Amino acid sequence: MGTHAAAQPTSVTAGAQTLPTRTGLLIIGASQSGVQLAVSLRALGFDEHITLLGDEDHRPYQRPALSKEFLQGTVESESLIFRSNEYWAEHNVELVKGEYIVRIDKEADGSGVAHASSGREFPFKRLALTVGARARKLDIDGGDLDGVLYLRNADDALALKARVGNATDVVVIGGGFIGLEAASSLHKMGRNVTVLEFGPRLVGRAVGEETAEYFLQAHRARGLDIRLNTSAARFTANDAAGENQNSVAAVELQDGTVLPAQIVLIGIGVIPNTQLAEQLGLAVDNGVVVDRFALASDGTTVAVGDVANMPNPVPGSEPGERIRLESVNNAIEHAKVAAYSLTGRREEYAGIPWFWSNQADLKLQIAGLCNGYDRTVLRRDEERGKFSVLYYRQGRIIAADCVNAPLDFMAVKNALAKGRNIPADAAEDTATPLKTITTDS
Amino acid sequence: MPTVHFTDAQGAVRDVQGNAGDSVMETAVRNGVPGIVAECGGSLSCATCHVFVREDCVSQLPPMEDMEDEMLYGTAVDREDNSRLSCQLRLTDDIELFVTTPETQV
Repeated sequence: MGTHAAAQPTSVTAGAQTLPTRTGLLIIGASQSGVQLAVSLRALGFDEHITLLGDEDHRPYQRPALSKEFLQGTVESESLIFRSNEYWAEHNVELVKGEYIVRIDKEADGSGVAHASSGREFPFKRLALTVGARARKLDIDGGDLDGVLYLRNADDALALKARVGNATDVVVIGGGFIGLEAASSLHKMGRNVTVLEFGPRLVGRAVGEETAEYFLQAHRARGLDIRLNTSAARFTANDAAGENQNSVAAVELQDGTVLPAQIVLIGIGVIPNTQLAEQLGLAVDNGVVVDRFALASDGTTVAVGDVANMPNPVPGSEPGERIRLESVNNAIEHAKVAAYSLTGRREEYAGIPWFWSNQADLKLQIAGLCNGYDRTVLRRDEERGKFSVLYYRQGRIIAADCVNAPLDFMAVKNALAKGRNIPADAAEDTATPLKTITTDS
Repeated sequence: MPTVHFTDAQGAVRDVQGNAGDSVMETAVRNGVPGIVAECGGSLSCATCHVFVREDCVSQLPPMEDMEDEMLYGTAVDREDNSRLSCQLRLTDDIELFVTTPETQV
């Protein structure tokens, strides 16, 4: 591999549009990771034509605000747009909207042709899959009623927003980040909100026990009706004949309880979009299996972000340990790895994974990954509404969940990035800033 | 029209026209100004849109809130008295701002 001589694509005219016959890199998926890949490649001097293709009819936009500021109407859709049209034009990146790739023919050298459902063809020299993940569906009776919604993209958010005006009662299914963020937003907008969580605690996979309990108490105190160990049996429409017969009116729980709901929002996790990778014959196992350079099993295709199952990037993790991360931070950092890889400058992923979730006035920031911890240190300042849990493995700090405690978050994130430690015993004194007790080993 | 003059750590200047109501961060990101990463998109979670505001511009800006103040302790390049997170700086009609971006944000 290496940088090629500046190759402007040769062009043909198809209708009113001029299309490159063969783009240097076709990026399928125009969300956070696809956008970052294009941006990072240009920053690294990659000079081939890039096609950034997405299946939505929107210019690439940021998703995190969809369940928060965008839903509440405090930010406009325009401010979610990643880059201006001028930026893409100046950087020789062609944006393709509204095309859904259904099949790819690929040669051993990495080149090929992607076929869209519209019949359009996109020939490429190299391929990147940044196709993300889709919402996991809840397959129960009434799941296809109007008002049973998911929240994954801008159109989902617009559909939800459009229904909020006529709703008094909302049931949110799933007590993870999306569910709790949206539930907090809808509650703030004056709706009665009930959250159903199938498991015994909130945000099951992402945070530890203490943090989950903190969120449970905090959300209940703020007015959310949260029911753990509870699942929906079916969604029902109005009995009365009329125009709302196809609209959801209630959620019936397994125990027979009936909750009125004009909106049901389902947030029960995502499934990586591996269909194209499977069709290409790439190794797939909870995502597209990639090496530490973001290369898939064919050695030429890169797969980046939510869809990629990669070697755990955290320094000191077990050899062979693999992970799939769903986060903005990973989309960005992993795209950088892929950009280095595509330009022949392989560099290892060195970023510390981090996550955030804003729910009502609760700002959760997570640094690192808490898997395999053997000790926690709780730092709680009731008066100032601050709460942190630090996670340790064999005496070393590996992660922290911080609520309204940016100083703790930043101290842990920086310590992890620099391979430093924050001794657990010293961290127990809540009055001590973590930054001051960080040690070199 | 509001204008922001971005000076990078090497001294190169880039002048960007913005829209009233947008943040300095949004203005930078949309136009691909290097030196502003803004991972969290402006939700005050990442401290990767740190800028140094030229002293005579500081008074034109809204005062800093506690959360921004705390986040600034975690920036990649140490904060100075004139440090701000550019996601918290909203442009007003005809404002002219001079800011310098740090050597690194992450």
